[in-house]
Amino acid sequence: MATGTEPDLDPAGGVRGASRAAIAAPHLRTDRWWLSPALTAAGLLAFVVYSTWRAFANADYYAAPYVSPFYSPCLAENCVPMKGGPNWEIFGSWWGLSPALLILIFPLGFRLTCYYYRKAYYRGFWASPPACAVAEPHKKYSGETRFPLILQNIHRYFFYAAVPVAAILTYDTVLAFRDERYAWGHMGLGTLVFLVNIGLIWAYTLSCHSCRHIVGGKLKHFSKHPVRYRMWQWVGKLNARHMQLAWASLISVAAADLYVYLLATGAFADPRFF
Amino acid sequence: MTQVERQRWDVVVVGAGGAGLRAATEAREQGARTAVICKSLFGKAHTVMAEGGIAAAMGNANEHDGWEVHFRDTMRGGKFLNQWRMAELHAQEAPDRVWELETWGALFDRTADGRISQRNFGGHEYPRLAHVGDRTGLELIRTLQQKIVALQQEDFRESGDYEAGLKVFQECTVTRIVKDAAGRVAGVFCYERESGRFFVIEASAVVIATGGIGKSFKVTSNSWEYTGDGHALALLAGAPLLNMEFVQFHPTGMVWPPSVKGILVTESVRGDGGVLRNSEGKRFMFDYIPDVFKEKYAESEAEGDRWYDDPENNRRPPELLPRDEVARAINAEVKAGRGSPHGGVFLDVSTRMPAEVIRRRLPSMYHQFKELADVDITAEAMEVGPTCHYVMGGIAVDSDSAAARGVPGLYAAGEVAGGMHGSNRLGGNSLSDLLVFGRRAGLHAAQYAAGLGERPVLDEVQVDAAAAEALRPFSAEGPTPGEAEEGRPPENPYTLHQELQQAMNDLVGIIRREPEMEQALKKLADLRVRARRAGVEGHRQFNPGWHLALDLRNMLLVSECIARAALERTESRGGHTREDWPEMDRQWRHANLLCRLADPTGGLAATDPVRGQIRLEREETEPIRPDLLALFEKEELVKYLSEEELGS
Amino acid sequence: MSSYEAGFRVWRGDIEGGGLEDFKVEVNDGEVVLDIIHRLQATQAPDLAVRWNCKAGKCGSCSAEINGRPRLLCMTRMSVFSREETITVTPLRAFPVIRDLVTDVGFNYTKAREVPAFVPPRELGPGEYRMTQADVDRSQEFRKCIECFLCQDTCHVVRDHEENKAAFAGPRFLMRIAELDMHPLDAAEAEGLDRGTTAQDEHGLGYCNITKCCTEVCPEGIRITDNALIPLKERAADRKYDPLVWLGNTIRRRGR
Repeated sequence: MATGTEPDLDPAGGVRGASRAAIAAPHLRTDRWWLSPALTAAGLLAFVVYSTWRAFANADYYAAPYVSPFYSPCLAENCVPMKGGPNWEIFGSWWGLSPALLILIFPLGFRLTCYYYRKAYYRGFWASPPACAVAEPHKKYSGETRFPLILQNIHRYFFYAAVPVAAILTYDTVLAFRDERYAWGHMGLGTLVFLVNIGLIWAYTLSCHSCRHIVGGKLKHFSKHPVRYRMWQWVGKLNARHMQLAWASLISVAAADLYVYLLATGAFADPRFF
Repeated sequence: MTQVERQRWDVVVVGAGGAGLRAATEAREQGARTAVICKSLFGKAHTVMAEGGIAAAMGNANEHDGWEVHFRDTMRGGKFLNQWRMAELHAQEAPDRVWELETWGALFDRTADGRISQRNFGGHEYPRLAHVGDRTGLELIRTLQQKIVALQQEDFRESGDYEAGLKVFQECTVTRIVKDAAGRVAGVFCYERESGRFFVIEASAVVIATGGIGKSFKVTSNSWEYTGDGHALALLAGAPLLNMEFVQFHPTGMVWPPSVKGILVTESVRGDGGVLRNSEGKRFMFDYIPDVFKEKYAESEAEGDRWYDDPENNRRPPELLPRDEVARAINAEVKAGRGSPHGGVFLDVSTRMPAEVIRRRLPSMYHQFKELADVDITAEAMEVGPTCHYVMGGIAVDSDSAAARGVPGLYAAGEVAGGMHGSNRLGGNSLSDLLVFGRRAGLHAAQYAAGLGERPVLDEVQVDAAAAEALRPFSAEGPTPGEAEEGRPPENPYTLHQELQQAMNDLVGIIRREPEMEQALKKLADLRVRARRAGVEGHRQFNPGWHLALDLRNMLLVSECIARAALERTESRGGHTREDWPEMDRQWRHANLLCRLADPTGGLAATDPVRGQIRLEREETEPIRPDLLALFEKEELVKYLSEEELGS
Repeated sequence: MSSYEAGFRVWRGDIEGGGLEDFKVEVNDGEVVLDIIHRLQATQAPDLAVRWNCKAGKCGSCSAEINGRPRLLCMTRMSVFSREETITVTPLRAFPVIRDLVTDVGFNYTKAREVPAFVPPRELGPGEYRMTQADVDRSQEFRKCIECFLCQDTCHVVRDHEENKAAFAGPRFLMRIAELDMHPLDAAEAEGLDRGTTAQDEHGLGYCNITKCCTEVCPEGIRITDNALIPLKERAADRKYDPLVWLGNTIRRRGR
């Protein structure tokens, strides 16, 4: 009877287990299923390499009025002085490393525990699974039930932390409406880069699944909370684009940093609009 | 004596669609140990195909609605041939059955004030159909399935066994009802599709809830399961079938591509504003309003269109006439050369509603056309034509208890039972029928089983005969030696099935003529003889060829019932249209046609092509109770009832 | 109408063993893979076992794997393949095979029984339920599920690790828990059943690593991961990993 069968315990088997249809191939997909995980892995790797270099560089992150988003807020005594900028010397002279490391931990944690990125790196780096219906190479699998992956559940705290970081980056963007002599009411190409970046950062942050849950998803009766219901719907619309926003904001934040780097190293001068 | 596994249960329910599951929950709640047997996996029953909704006069959308109005609509739809007590019970109890589903977790679409939303449908005076988008049947089956699981969880908490009081035998087929020496139900003979193993369930009461017969026709909205199993089981057990000539052809089935021909396009498309047009772009339904409905339907397109927003002051568009009328009209248009390229007519919502609304209200239709026909219904019209959808006829039952006539312990509910819908069923009345009479069948079966002093004892001869019958396809080696056709190979069951479907479709289809039906009976006799030689390859484990060979017996029996009854009834009424007798005849209103097995003792006298297997009997219907007649205007009644009936 | 001959490779066999068998078979305009399987039955392999019912994507019976991807046979049009392509059809590879394209999906029925049923609110009788459309939208999306079990088949947690079957309910039934937890009138909590916590503790929600294959294969287009599994993970986090929420709830309960 189809209801009565016990699962057989053949841990090594998976799709090639004794009870399954006898097919030797680990998968029979004929499309280019490997393309998507390969691109994901390549993209993430490129970002990791770039951001590691930039985070440890501890140089070329400020070109008035722009501060690299990797170094904002700048919380150590060894920060480059930025007029009006978010550099508060919470960490004294004993901190000899790059100040980026102090703050990057938050956006890094936010993205590392993000439901989209989890999918991306589980598939791209861990091959767990590499693609749908393609057998994974691991003998054992316990998912997010145990340490350390059970820590993924703290995603919402990183969300709470990501909001003030995004607020500070917004402040940086406001500061970008100055010219290099700190006079207000000016705009350059960098301002535009910052505007796009902060827009994408906010969209990515607010489209987060934890955010969707907190603003309304946890409710049982939407009709009793019309305002939160509206917010939930709005976040839901953004959330449907979470993957696109994750990539777009990743690229934009790197681009904003690169832009500052190029200005700071004198590769070119910021084209000013007014 | 055949050695087969035996199990003992109090009540056996054959079929796990809406009626079967509702019967099973009721029987279990009455304390009967209940077994459900179904051909497919649990939860896959044909009920999932029902789209539009459940008709129940809850009055959520229009407070004037009530059971009396629903009763009237049902009787009108059935052209007054309905077993009126069933129509009455159905109208009265349907709301309770729907509300009960909510307490089991069903989630219907809602009105603004939080109650169950109700939609318009053909033949219903007020918006009456509780629905979930256009997947109401799925909601119904899932809710009942989950209720069964809830009851099993209850049993588990008490006894440690999920299946102590209620068990589903999925992917099993019943081939015979086995009786005791006194002619009472004693159990069922089954085989497990997966392994081919035979087993017998001993039970004092059997509820048949196997659905319909559509797989005897070529163009049908029905799934492979609809082979008339329950009809045949009852016939073979000695119970009569009622008014089998009434087969509903749903007006709107898909007509293209060929592989999906017949798949249903829900009536909600019209209920929500869709219109029918011919190749000249004309809304032809205005030309097809029959006299009995003249006062109820709009005369102009403008009036029909106003009705959607203001039903109080306008009459409904004729696209919402009962299904038989619309199906005939489409048939006539196609015949007159005004059909669509693939032999249907156009059903259009794209010019009537914004794309976004269509996608929200008709999601599965949108999906179905997009996926299967590459048609975007928000941008272009669908092509539709009639498809065999439902059989109004069925096992003759007692209205209150759903007990089959003449066989103690046998009950029937749902499509397989006859009488409720008369000559034509209204859309939405099917799901409510399942719930109302499913519950009644389960209730009375459980009470009957509990009331018997001791269990009926199986007649072992019948068990042996059933086993031999089920094994015959494996030993089919052509004809018996010495006969004329010696040396011919066994028949292919698939070929026989295709020929049967073609014959029924062409000769006993939507429009019927005497010579064609006589031809059909000849063809059926021929097929019956050949079906004796239907052979199969391979072994008993999940062998679809074998399963089909066994189902052929049922389809042939049921098809003969339909053809014989259709030939006998010399009038046109509801789902039975005679080209040679185009008028409705008031004298036929009080006549029921009963089909019985011609030779109940000798199993199937299947090899005798002349005699056939079915004997017809005519009986007077029970007069309609005066207080129910009083619900109608006299002017309306004279159209249906004869002088004598009116006089009394 | 144009027709052509297509190459098919269909897995045939049973628990003892089997393999891919090659067929040449006619294909006509507008047909789906199930039509071809039926043609094979009627003309070349009468005992080829396959499950199917409605042939309209509504019942979820004809689940199989076509060119290695979990699909419904009745909703896969032949026109998505090139005429030269050989089309491989196998049974679902996460479940024990019975015969040919038919597998034992009993795992799913076992898991269905383990999810506690809807708990009706004590204070409301039949006909007294009031919910707005906004309240039921979320659960209604999950109730579109036709139980084809393609999500259960594709999920690597059990597909690649038989030993996880005991502990993991699979996307279909985690979604069922989400559906009940989001049901506006489900009274489980009042009866002492916390569905969010049990999802994590008893039904193996933690095994899910949200790689979204369930959503990819769903023929009903239900956003299983985004709308059911992740919200369920967040609900579990509310109960188990968020001291702020826990504190808030405790204070509110005291205040009552």
